[in-house]
Amino acid sequence: MKALHNFLEEKIKPNFDKGAKFEKLWPVYDGFATFLFVPGHTAESGAHIRDGIDLKRTMNTVITALIPCLLFGMWNVGYQHYNALGLDVTFFDQILFGAIKVIPMVIVSYGVGLGMEFLFCVLKGHQIEEGYLVTGMLIPLIMPVDLPLWMLALSSAFAVVIGKEVFGGTGMNIFNPALLARAFAFFAYPTWMSGDKVWINTSLADGQSVVDGFSGATILGDLATTGTTSYSPLEAFIGIIPGSVGETSTLLILLGAGLLIFTGIGSWKIMLSGIVGGAVMGIIFNIVAPFAISPEQQAFMAVPFWQQLIYGGFAFGIVFMATDPVSGSQTESGKWVYGFLIGFLGVMIRVFNPAYPEGIMLAILFMNTMAPLIDHYVIQANIKKRQKRLALKTAGA
Amino acid sequence: MSDVIKIKRGVDIKLVGEAEKDFAPSIPFETVAIKPADFNGVRFKLSVKEGDEVKAGTPLLFNKDDEQVKFCSPVSGEVAQVVRGAKRRILEVRVLADKKIKYEDFGKADPLSLDKDAIIQKMALSGCWAFLKQRPYNVVAEPSKTPKAIFISGFDSAPLAPDLGLLLDGNENEFQTGINALAKLTSGQVHLGLNSSKPAGRVLSSVKGVKVSKYDGPHPAGLVGVHIAENDPINKGETVWTINPEHVVIIGRLFEAGKFDARINIALTGSEVVDRKYHTTLVGAAIKNFVEGNITEGNNRIISGNVLTGDKIDVEGYLGMYDRQITVIPEGDQPELFGWLIPKPDKFSISRALPSWFQRQIGEVTYKLDTNQHGEERAFVVTGQYEEVFPFDIYPVQLIKAIMINDIEAMENLGIYEVVEEDFALCEVVCTSKIEVQKVVRKGLDLMKEEVG
Repeated sequence: MKALHNFLEEKIKPNFDKGAKFEKLWPVYDGFATFLFVPGHTAESGAHIRDGIDLKRTMNTVITALIPCLLFGMWNVGYQHYNALGLDVTFFDQILFGAIKVIPMVIVSYGVGLGMEFLFCVLKGHQIEEGYLVTGMLIPLIMPVDLPLWMLALSSAFAVVIGKEVFGGTGMNIFNPALLARAFAFFAYPTWMSGDKVWINTSLADGQSVVDGFSGATILGDLATTGTTSYSPLEAFIGIIPGSVGETSTLLILLGAGLLIFTGIGSWKIMLSGIVGGAVMGIIFNIVAPFAISPEQQAFMAVPFWQQLIYGGFAFGIVFMATDPVSGSQTESGKWVYGFLIGFLGVMIRVFNPAYPEGIMLAILFMNTMAPLIDHYVIQANIKKRQKRLALKTAGA
Repeated sequence: MSDVIKIKRGVDIKLVGEAEKDFAPSIPFETVAIKPADFNGVRFKLSVKEGDEVKAGTPLLFNKDDEQVKFCSPVSGEVAQVVRGAKRRILEVRVLADKKIKYEDFGKADPLSLDKDAIIQKMALSGCWAFLKQRPYNVVAEPSKTPKAIFISGFDSAPLAPDLGLLLDGNENEFQTGINALAKLTSGQVHLGLNSSKPAGRVLSSVKGVKVSKYDGPHPAGLVGVHIAENDPINKGETVWTINPEHVVIIGRLFEAGKFDARINIALTGSEVVDRKYHTTLVGAAIKNFVEGNITEGNNRIISGNVLTGDKIDVEGYLGMYDRQITVIPEGDQPELFGWLIPKPDKFSISRALPSWFQRQIGEVTYKLDTNQHGEERAFVVTGQYEEVFPFDIYPVQLIKAIMINDIEAMENLGIYEVVEEDFALCEVVCTSKIEVQKVVRKGLDLMKEEVG
């Protein structure tokens, strides 16, 4: 370890120092060096001891929480594929097929996103920050498996540049970058992001054919167009359904949520209030279903409210996207309102507007915009309290 | 008996290296220094030059803006050196100490029979005034103001903090006299905060003429800022003074004996100190003889004060004006391979993403922490973290951001008058983004003092 560090310091670092050949690439060197070694920086002002946590560790925990969803997503991609072809293959074959499809998505997402990030850091000469570590994992998990890789690459680049770097980098962004990538793809390439062709890979080898009566639509797609779905709630909960790569298994999302809540890195307040918000909207729909304008919508509204929570990207969005501390509400009481409205609006959008079955994505992006407003009112309450105290004091004196 | 005020938000960082509750034989010191950097809000001017003979109580410096406030030598001897830094700023005024201290005579007096102005004059002239700190802004108290209250914290909850009962023991009369003097300076009361779960010691439990409140909970429960917030928060335009109890004793001596007798007791603490005991010394004493030969080999950090708010000094350094302990911990200047990835149990954290939290659930853990920052400075990302250790009705992150962008109105609205640097020390410790919070707060206080006054 010592030798490696000395090698870095003595052989590599001088090439990137000021005035050296690769001076401009300093952020890249620094990024890799600090990835390998937590630097021996000491606290120079203020408190002399510091908490062991840093942003790398924080981001790493979120990635850990995402891994079950990623692995399940790989398997599910393979399972859905062979299911569509009516083939009975082994578990290993299923996961292998999924891996072949999903791993390139992960590589492209990280490659392009980190590449853009490095580029910006080099141009602007600031350090590479850790934000993209999570974003890069989230992006492939919220995309359909059949999305062409170049679209994924373009979306990732958009997320980094327009979503983050233009605002000043990690910690400064207004919107959740991963969701922005999805929104970009959704509006730029709608045919690749919706409908019933993209969620299950049905590429055929020689002699293969899709089974009769196959529909690749997601539950939400089915509900929006016909008002019914052929999948049972249990299948939806476990995740053996078509959908974006990592969003299908509510069970494993809950596992990730458990880790985030336990470590305190994801806000349980946002998650809980989000679920409550979605449930409340679901209950309202259940009550008003008889007054719906079309039979499909009536059937969609009549879906038991708790099933709304396990369909589509709702759970994934609430657990992994809404809890993004940068784009979300930053005050503790604001988090309740923020989470609630995400759940509430998410379910509302998906039911009212069949063109946007993924209402949760739009709801989170919308609430990202509103989060500073929520915080503003929370903080104003504190300020009012202080002013009232002063007024009382001056009145009494 | 008053009700106990429970402080819920905060954390006790238990470190290796508490001092034994025992006084070591006295250790001589050769020099004593006054460090202008210890005092905020003062423009200093020298009143001596190198080579001058001074007594204990002879002014070394005074405040240009209020010339009656003197900063006096705690010892008699010869002014050895005036250390200056950039722009000829005075860093230290060092006095070579006599073997036996000669004192200026300020005359004995009973504060109960003196009026406010006479007390102020006596304290300002003798060097005792500098012990009084003023909020807002954490500056040396301005004699022209009348504070609505004076707050004294009777316990120190910082890591490795000495036991104030032991530090003050035997000074009952002086402490009472000091309190009597302070009581004349405020339009309100003198408040004394005590720990509800630990004995306060003879001096603090027997004192009269103060309003006692008791606190229970983790650090920062012992910070005077918390006591002010719980009892009588500072509104815009109001002034509160604070003072350490050991300095009340020195004020008491001024009135009882007529001299500036700045003896204090301190504790030698920290994992790298070999013989950790309590010592009697002088405000501003050279620490060389305390630490030389008494700390472990290796690269260490010597801190005047505690690990949260103290100043980094070297072996040739001096005890800070307001400090009651010297702490020595290892420097953490070694890089760590995959330090962010491997959750090693030797780090303290309030986050459950590291094993530290589990350890503390299982039992009492004491950490041997070094000065490593454990990561690099970043923009604010994580939320809700400061709030866990910040027991004020203030939004800490929002206030810090307001300071960063020099937004005076927002700072005022968000409560900057109620806080000082030390109140944010724990926020700085737990910060994932490694932001230098105390430095930022100081910047904000300086700006507000300049702009609002």
